[in-house]
Amino acid sequence: MSHAHEMSFWEKYVFSTDHKVIGLQYMFTGIFMAIIGGFFVYVFRMQLAFPGISVPGYGEVTPLAYNSLVTNHGTIMIFWFAMPVLIAAFGNLLIPLMIGCDDMVFPRINRLSYQIFLLSAIVLIASFFVPNGGFGGAWTAYPPLSANAAYNATPLGAPMWLIAVALEFVAFLLGGINFITTLMNARAPGMTMYKIPIVCWMIVIASILFMLSVGPLIAGAVMLLFDQTLGTSFYNAAGGGDPLLWQHLFWFFGHPEVYVVLLPSLGIVADIMAVFSRKKLFGYKTILYSVFATGILSFVVWAHHQFIAGIDPRMANLFVITTLLISVPIAELCFVYIATLYGGSITFSTPMLWALSFLVEFLIGGVTGIFLGASGADVYFHDTYFVVAHFHYTFVPIAIIGFYAGITFWFPKIFGKMLSDRLGRIHFWGTIIPFNFIFIPLFILGTAGQHRRIWNYEHFRDLASPEFYNLRVIATVSLLIMISFQFVFVFNFIKTMRSKKKAPKNPWNSNTLEWTADSPPPHGNWPVLPTCYRGPYEYNHPDRESDFWPQNEPGPDPADPDYKSGPATDSGFQSTNPNL
Amino acid sequence: MSFQVPIATNRSSTGIPTSRLGVWWVLASEIVIFGGLIMCYLMFRLHHESWSFEAEHTNPWAGGFNTFVLLTSSLFVVLAHQAAEVKDTVKSVRYIWYTIFGGFVFMAVKAYEYTTEIMHGYTMFKSVFWSFYYTATGIHGFHVMAGMFIMWMISRDVKKGKNLHRVEVIGIYWHFVDVVWIFLFPLLYIAK
Repeated sequence: MSHAHEMSFWEKYVFSTDHKVIGLQYMFTGIFMAIIGGFFVYVFRMQLAFPGISVPGYGEVTPLAYNSLVTNHGTIMIFWFAMPVLIAAFGNLLIPLMIGCDDMVFPRINRLSYQIFLLSAIVLIASFFVPNGGFGGAWTAYPPLSANAAYNATPLGAPMWLIAVALEFVAFLLGGINFITTLMNARAPGMTMYKIPIVCWMIVIASILFMLSVGPLIAGAVMLLFDQTLGTSFYNAAGGGDPLLWQHLFWFFGHPEVYVVLLPSLGIVADIMAVFSRKKLFGYKTILYSVFATGILSFVVWAHHQFIAGIDPRMANLFVITTLLISVPIAELCFVYIATLYGGSITFSTPMLWALSFLVEFLIGGVTGIFLGASGADVYFHDTYFVVAHFHYTFVPIAIIGFYAGITFWFPKIFGKMLSDRLGRIHFWGTIIPFNFIFIPLFILGTAGQHRRIWNYEHFRDLASPEFYNLRVIATVSLLIMISFQFVFVFNFIKTMRSKKKAPKNPWNSNTLEWTADSPPPHGNWPVLPTCYRGPYEYNHPDRESDFWPQNEPGPDPADPDYKSGPATDSGFQSTNPNL
Repeated sequence: MSFQVPIATNRSSTGIPTSRLGVWWVLASEIVIFGGLIMCYLMFRLHHESWSFEAEHTNPWAGGFNTFVLLTSSLFVVLAHQAAEVKDTVKSVRYIWYTIFGGFVFMAVKAYEYTTEIMHGYTMFKSVFWSFYYTATGIHGFHVMAGMFIMWMISRDVKKGKNLHRVEVIGIYWHFVDVVWIFLFPLLYIAK
C-alpha cells in the first residue's frame, strides 16, 4: 500500500486515485461553485430590494441577466454544491474509512467521475460568457421556454446549460456505482448489514435513488437537446409533441432528487447526535426502514409539482395522497432522532449545534410542504414566494447546515487539526439567525401573493407597496449578514490550518472505524486494515467502564443473541487492537 | 503513472465478484434510461393512432435479420466466456472477434436502413415517431459500438492471458444491449 517512489504534485493532488484526495477535490470544487451561486443570490436579492441600483461588484441588473442569475443560482446550488459536497465529497471521504478498507473498489472510475464533474462545471461557467449570457429559463427548464431560442433569448446558453447538467449526471452515475459497489463488497471482516454506520447507508441509498430516477431525465435531456439544436418536436405541441412530457420526466427525477440530497445530511446528523449524546442511536433499523419507505414513496409523488399544469384533477388527488403519506416516514425519522437525544448527556459542541438546528429548521420546511402538497392550497400558493421559502427551508438545512455539521465533525480526521469551537459557535449563530430572517419574510410575502421570477416589482402596483418593500429589504439585509458571517468560517479554517497543534486520532471518543486511522489518514488509510466486532453506536454500555466501545476492539458484540451481560473485555480507553 | 489495485477491489463481502456487481449496477442505470425513453414512446403511441401509418415505412425484414445477428453474437460471447473460464485464450479471443463481427454486421444493416429511409424522406424531422425512431435506435447503436470497442480492448488483454474475468463482464453488457433491441424491434418495426 505504501508507494515505493515519491509522487509528484500532479500525481498526488490532481490525477490521484486516492478516495480522500478525490473527496477533497469534490469538496473544494463544490465550495467554489457555492461561492458563485452565493454571489448570484447577492446580486439578484439586491435588485429585488433596491430595484434599479447598480449592485456593488456587478453593476445594473438587466431583465435577461436577472433570469440567468436566478436560473443558475438554483442549478449551481443543487447540482454543483449540494450533490458534490454531500454525496461525492462525504461519500468519498467517509465510506472507505468507515467500512474499514483502503480505497474505493474502482479508484480510476472514481477519478474519471471527478474529471467529468469538473468538465461539467467548466462548461456551465463558460456558458455565462457566451453571447446573450447563461441560460435563463429557470432550473426546471420547462419547454417551450427552454426548447426555443426565440423564447429564452439564449441560443448558446441554453444548450450549454443542458450539456453541463447531463455531464454532471454522468459523473454522479459513475460515482454512485462506485459507492454502491464499495459498500456492498469492500466492508471490513465482521461488518454485517446492521453494523454499517448510518451515514454510509444514507449516501448509498441516495446514490441508488439518484440512479433509478435520473435515467428517464437523461433520455429526456437528449430529446430536449435535439429540440434545441436540431429542430425536432418532442416537446413542441405544434409539431405533434407534448411540453408536459418534460415536466413529468423532470419531476420524476426532481422529487427523488430532494431525498437524494436529504439522506446524506440525515446520516451525518444521526452520527453526530449519537456521539454528542453519548447514547446508542435510537431505532437503527427503524431509521433504515423509514428511509427505504421514503425512497419508494419518493417515486410516486412527482406530479404534485404540476397541479396547475393541466393534469387530470383525479390524478392530482392520487398525488396529494402519496405526498401526504411521504411525510409519515420523514416525521418518524425526526421522532427517532429526538428519542436519541432523550436522556443522553448532550455536549453542545459546534457539530452538535449544527445537527440540532438541522432538525429544527428542516421541520419548518417539512410542515410548510403540507400546504403545497394539498392540491387545493397549492392552486393559490403555486409560483409564489411561499414555495421559494418552503424549499429553502428544506435545502438550506440539507446543503448548508448539513455540510457545516459534517465538516466541523470530521475536520480533525480530514485535515488533522482541531477547529476553534468558539469561532465555530460565532459562525453558527451568525448563520442560523439571519437565515430565518431571510425566509420568514418570504413566507409572508408569498402568502400575500408575491410571485416568483419577477425582475422588478415596481411594475406591479399591488406588489410595490412600502410594506412589501420593507420585508424585501429585511430579507436582503439578512442575506448580507449571513454571507458576511461565512468569513468567520474561512478565518477559522485558515487559522486552524496554519496552527501547528495536531488533532488526536479520536477527539470525540467516537466508535466508528475512521477514528482508528491516523489524522489525516495516509495513503492506504491503515497499515493493517481493521476488523469489525460490533455495531457503531455502543455508547455508555452498562457493562463497560468507558462510555464508548470502538467497533474494531476485539471482544463480544452486545447485539449478539448469545451475549452475556457483565464486565468482559473492557480495557479502558486504550484499545487492545494491535492495528492501532 | 503507477496504479496499484487497492485491497478493496478484491474484497467480496457479498460473495459476488466486484466487477460483476459493478456491471449489474451499470445495467440498472441503463435500464431506467432506456425504460424512460420507451415509456415516453409508448405514451405517445397510445395517444396517436396515426403513428401506425408512420411505422409502416420501417423495414421489418432488415430489423428481423438484425435481431438474428445480434442474438447470434450473444451466443458467441457466451462461448468466449466459456473458453475464458477454462483459460483457453486462443478460442476466447476468436469468439470475441466473432461477436465484434456480429456487431459490425448489425451496424452495417442499420446504416443501410437509415440511408434508404432518409432517401425516401423519412428523416428525424418528419414526425415525432421518426424522432423517436432515430433517437432510440441511435442511442442503442451507440451502445453497440461502445460494446464493440470495449470488446476489442478486452481481446488484447485476453490474448496476453490477462484479466480473463472481464470476458464475462462484457458478456453481461452485450446481453443487455440485446435485450434492449428485443424491446425496440417489436415496438418500432412490428407494431403497425
